[in-house]
Amino acid sequence: MSSNKKIISVRGLTKIYDMGEVKVHALRGVDMDIQNGEFTAIMGHSGSGKSTLMNIMGCLDVPTSGEYYLDGVNVKDMTKDQLARLRNQKIGFVFQTFNLLARTSALENVELPLLYNPGIKAKERKEKAMHALEMVGLADWRHHLPNQLSGGEQQRVAIARSLVNDPVIILADEPSGNLDTRTSFEVMEIFQQLNSNGITIALVTHEADISLFASRNVIFRDGRINREVKVENVKNARLELEALPTDEDNYL
Amino acid sequence: MNFLNLIIIAFRSLNKNKVRSLLTMLGLIIGVASVIAMLAIGQGSRDSIEKQISGLGTNVIMIFPGASFRGGVASAAGSALSLEMEDVEAINNECQSVKYTSPVARTSGQIIAGAHNWNSQLYGVYPEYLEIRSLEIESGNMFTEVDERRASKVCIIGKTVVENLFDEYTDPVGQKIRIRKIPFQIIGVLKEKGQSGMGSDQDDMILAPFSTVQKRMRGSQRNVQQIYVSAHSEELITKASEEIDEILRQRKNLAKNDDPPYMIRTQTEIVEMFTSTSDTMIVLLASIASISLIVGGIGIMNIMLVSVTERTREIGLRMAVGARSRDILRQFLLEAILLSLTGGFLGIGFGTLSSHVVSSFAGWPVIVTSYSIVLAFVFATAIGVFFGWYPARKAAGLIPMDALRYE
Repeated sequence: MSSNKKIISVRGLTKIYDMGEVKVHALRGVDMDIQNGEFTAIMGHSGSGKSTLMNIMGCLDVPTSGEYYLDGVNVKDMTKDQLARLRNQKIGFVFQTFNLLARTSALENVELPLLYNPGIKAKERKEKAMHALEMVGLADWRHHLPNQLSGGEQQRVAIARSLVNDPVIILADEPSGNLDTRTSFEVMEIFQQLNSNGITIALVTHEADISLFASRNVIFRDGRINREVKVENVKNARLELEALPTDEDNYL
Repeated sequence: MNFLNLIIIAFRSLNKNKVRSLLTMLGLIIGVASVIAMLAIGQGSRDSIEKQISGLGTNVIMIFPGASFRGGVASAAGSALSLEMEDVEAINNECQSVKYTSPVARTSGQIIAGAHNWNSQLYGVYPEYLEIRSLEIESGNMFTEVDERRASKVCIIGKTVVENLFDEYTDPVGQKIRIRKIPFQIIGVLKEKGQSGMGSDQDDMILAPFSTVQKRMRGSQRNVQQIYVSAHSEELITKASEEIDEILRQRKNLAKNDDPPYMIRTQTEIVEMFTSTSDTMIVLLASIASISLIVGGIGIMNIMLVSVTERTREIGLRMAVGARSRDILRQFLLEAILLSLTGGFLGIGFGTLSSHVVSSFAGWPVIVTSYSIVLAFVFATAIGVFFGWYPARKAAGLIPMDALRYE
């Protein structure tokens, strides 16, 4: 992987939601690139267009106008089925609400994307799922059901699921939104670890302290990029975790 | 997506809701089971009727004189003499499809053997009568052509007659009996046949050569009371009866549309007459039972619709990780089909079980036919597809973005 390859490239992206009477301009012309191996945080208030951009980048939605290249492929005129295949093979999603299947073991949850890839046989599917679980440190929890796992563990299963298809980019939509500080940091630690292994990550968040774990911040306002910042002192999640007072400290 | 994965997905999601899956299937299980049981009971009674009627003989055609009660006294009296020995010979010689022919001379009377007496039917017949009626000799021999020519005073007796005339230590073969004061020698005993479809005892009869009965007991009348005919095969019954009709019309100089002074009844007609009633019952029972199948199908649709709403986010997630609309459609359709197939399987099991329970308690004959199983199965699957389609379409039509955010 060459480090200066563009994974995502958007040009003049606009998105208008037609709500009958009113037309909502969610995006008003966005140009943005994400390079291979980058860890980008997309920030902004609600309604700033960051989630819309995320949906378009994730091939869940199509722009009203503008160009979108994912891994060098123009997504603009693709059919629904082609978009589905793109999501299946190039993108990993992490959601705020985890979206794990209930009453389904961690391993089976992680396997899910591979079930929709006809090229992958059962044995390979199991191996890849196990490997992904190992990467988030939950290999021993593979038979646990989501309701037997903590919020942080559930999000780690979800991250393993996003990794399992070897995506070109992981798109995380407010991954720490439902987590407390400690588990947020734990999740960010995993993201940083994955990023250091060369995985490209785009993260949507509105929490400033979370965005400091990324190497680059893109701040949205009113459907446009307001400014872009290269984070000078990227916080190390592991060190931050160690610095947090533990439960034991609280007792002392 | 390959089919195996699809089955894995559908199976996993049904497996996760075992109780709900089972409850959904319940309607269909009951439906299929009742269809199976009703068909089994219906088929059982139909078969027992058929079996009793087939006791009549092998591919039997009966010819009676006269159209029983038509046109008043005069015509009835004339018609009683409408069949003659020449007709029997003509049928025997000229009809291609006819295998055996036998005239029947019938009389009844008191039979005396030693100190016992009994009243029974005496049939004067040709030796071929045995084949026509599929009767069998248990001990002794059937009388022969020679006995027929000589008008020998020999007879074959049925089991009921044996029981009423002889004690169990006496071998009836070789014994002398008197029928209406004429001495006969018993040369054989018929194998037990039981009751006929109409409820008469088929073992309460005596067979003697036709000429013996006709000449010695009926005063040498020329007319024949009945003719029994056996066709070469079941398929030829209709053809044989047409041939007989043609020959008799010719012999009696009848035009095509004249009412003949005789009646031809085939075994097929009699079977049809009796089974048509039970067929109507089968159709009635099965259609009532199939209503519960449809109700079961609606149950599946209902649950699948609830399931689609409840699992909106799951559907959104599946789409986000790469499921196409048609994958979702297939998944839900397959879930419905799996439900209905499993329901069908269990229903067949319960249906078979309950029909056997019915048969052992009520003593009814039941027959679970493979065709009723196939029918129930096809019906169940069709219901799965039919009622699963709409919910599956609804699921597949969801927009992934909205589905993911559905609360």
